[in-house]
Amino acid sequence: MGDLLDVENISISFTQYTKGLNQRDLRVINDLTLNIEEGEILAVLGSSGSGKSLLAHAIMGILPENAHLSGKIKFKGNELTEKDKEELRGSKMSFIPQSVNFLDPLMKISDQAIGNCKSDEERREKRIKQREIFEHYNLGPEVDEMYPHQLSGGMARRVLVSTALLSDPELVIADEPTPGLDEKTVEETLNHFRHMKEDNIGVLLITHDIHAALDVADRIGIFYSGYVIEIAQTKDFSGDGENLLHPYTKALYNALPANGFNLVKGHQPLHGEIRNGCPFYDRCEMKFDRCKNERPQLIDIGDKKVRCFKYEEGA
Amino acid sequence: MELKGTNISFKYSTAHDYLLKDINIELNNNKVTGLIGDSGSGKSTLCKILSNYVRKYEGEVTLDGNKLPKKGFCPVQLIYQHPEKVMNPKWKMERVLEESFGIDDELLSEFGIQKSWLTRFPQELSGGELQRFSVLRSLNPNTKFLIADEMTTMLDAITQVQILDSVLKIVKKRKMGFLLVSHDMDLVDTICDDKIYLKDINNI
Repeated sequence: MGDLLDVENISISFTQYTKGLNQRDLRVINDLTLNIEEGEILAVLGSSGSGKSLLAHAIMGILPENAHLSGKIKFKGNELTEKDKEELRGSKMSFIPQSVNFLDPLMKISDQAIGNCKSDEERREKRIKQREIFEHYNLGPEVDEMYPHQLSGGMARRVLVSTALLSDPELVIADEPTPGLDEKTVEETLNHFRHMKEDNIGVLLITHDIHAALDVADRIGIFYSGYVIEIAQTKDFSGDGENLLHPYTKALYNALPANGFNLVKGHQPLHGEIRNGCPFYDRCEMKFDRCKNERPQLIDIGDKKVRCFKYEEGA
Repeated sequence: MELKGTNISFKYSTAHDYLLKDINIELNNNKVTGLIGDSGSGKSTLCKILSNYVRKYEGEVTLDGNKLPKKGFCPVQLIYQHPEKVMNPKWKMERVLEESFGIDDELLSEFGIQKSWLTRFPQELSGGELQRFSVLRSLNPNTKFLIADEMTTMLDAITQVQILDSVLKIVKKRKMGFLLVSHDMDLVDTICDDKIYLKDINNI
């Protein structure tokens, strides 16, 4: 089975004004590589404010103007230009945003879900389809006439999910779909992703919620300080985390309340404070000399990937 | 020390039904209490009532038998889920902290706050870093009770441990009361001595 989406070595930086006309470049994502197969759920796990939403925006081609993107994004083996992204988004690729704040507050739900139509006939067809999908997600006819602020948290999530599925996408990118929801609604949202997987849709789940990620994802990419430091199989997050590779991932797993609530000191380097060597150098317990000035690459180990010298040959 | 809510009822002025009805809740400083409830069940509203932010409610909130002060510093402090929403975006972090009390270096390092962060604006720090400030500024010497409303929900597991570990140390040292609102049952089971389900005390 071929890869649906390949992201190869992308970096994103922003041009910012500091004082007067002085500018600086702020690097937010560094050298990020990942891939999604058809019918696979890949979760990207990182703390809030770490820039992981930008990854979604980069794939969809909706980064702000002062952002610079380098690296390759391939969809089914073809490299995407900004123009390709524009054509694919909303049809083959769709996006589930974080909250209803992304909807137009002055437009009725059904009109937004359908979007722009060229003819009345197209509108009729789409409306029938929209009704079907909404029905499938347990949204009654009354929802069509509502405005975004009238939806409850769980309903809003269902509207966003069903709107994303309206165009029969092959890839769905979901940005933080779970925060602020109670257990029932979270479970319901995660079930939507399971259904997508059954329909052979590839899902990129961007989240900080490790429980949600462990629940539905096949593989989990760990995002640290702008780098992906490990892509692990979900089943490795078990026991004492002995199958996890990177020291940060292990620490993260053992910090969960259910796994010991273990304290680790230190904090992630801020954007713009990124050092030459390994981003985890300051906090690592098994660092080598070379980690200080040399940055490890993301290497393949079986069906996993890790960015750490410990696993390189001859280290 | 005892924070007590007696027969608290609340409804939004535009709503038909009560959100909270005849809630009786007693919290004290000898134990860490967890409050659990579904989204939209009124947890946050109850927190705001207990910490004197919402004042149009029926019933009474007392701290050691006295009503909460109408003005000046409130001894019950509330920490929100989103620190970026509760800080003045035009103030540097130094000023955000100073507004509450003069904080010494020892406390700063206890909370893992780097000196270099003090000269930054809120939008230049991440959620985990900001939440440390938000927690630290609520630990004014006059604070008797701390209410954490989904305080660590947005944070990664490691930052969550760091912040809660520091807070609990100070809470124990100063013999403060602590109410943790969360939907993470594992977390509540790990750090709380006692837990309350909102649906059990809410008589709607």
